[in-house]
Amino acid sequence: MKTNDVILQTASKVVFFIIILFAIHLFFAGHYHPGGGFVGGLMTSGAIVLLLLAYDIKTVSQGFPIDYKILIGIGLFLAAGTAVAAVFFNVPLLTHAFGYFDLPLFGKTSLHTAMLFDTGVYLVVIGVTMTIIQTIGESE
Amino acid sequence: MVEMVMKFSLICFSFSMLGLVYRLIKGPTVPDRVVALDAIGINLVAIIAILSMLLRTNEFLDVILLMGILAFIGTIGFAKFLEKGEIIEYDRHR
Repeated sequence: MKTNDVILQTASKVVFFIIILFAIHLFFAGHYHPGGGFVGGLMTSGAIVLLLLAYDIKTVSQGFPIDYKILIGIGLFLAAGTAVAAVFFNVPLLTHAFGYFDLPLFGKTSLHTAMLFDTGVYLVVIGVTMTIIQTIGESE
Repeated sequence: MVEMVMKFSLICFSFSMLGLVYRLIKGPTVPDRVVALDAIGINLVAIIAILSMLLRTNEFLDVILLMGILAFIGTIGFAKFLEKGEIIEYDRHR
């Protein structure tokens, strides 16, 4: 019997963007409020898992032509890069710096290099979760 | 007064969760259990909301949305497993 899940596919198309926006909010709120790279990454992969449930691995990998194992590498490189970059300024390893900048749209904003480290955590969490789920899903 | 009302509603939600746990344990079929789990998730959302009002903090509001999304994804996963036998398929047109 051929099943027809139009409702699930239409609903998940809309809900996907809500979850992604929520994940981005969690990721950027991490410095002053609960949240951060880990929960943000888990929520992003949760959104992709919702698409995987509504569609299949083939369709989703056409939509996101990303090799998630490379994403783990990029994330680790970012985290290790922010750690090592401190050495070049004659401060101990993993020393972070911050400053206030005048951005065109946001006004006076404080930018912190811990953000780059958090981006690394975010990418690694997405990569690991999606690699685990896709590897389990593909095996017959 | 408001605090007393919220504590009373917390007790009411705990009793409704007890009823759902009874359905979760006793439920003759698997879909009964899945629906009970989903409703337990939604009850948890309500309990977190009332608790965050009692504790006078708004740091739990993210948890509420998170619980809603997780309950949704989990229920869909269970439903797809019950219908098709596998949760994530490689090619659904095959």
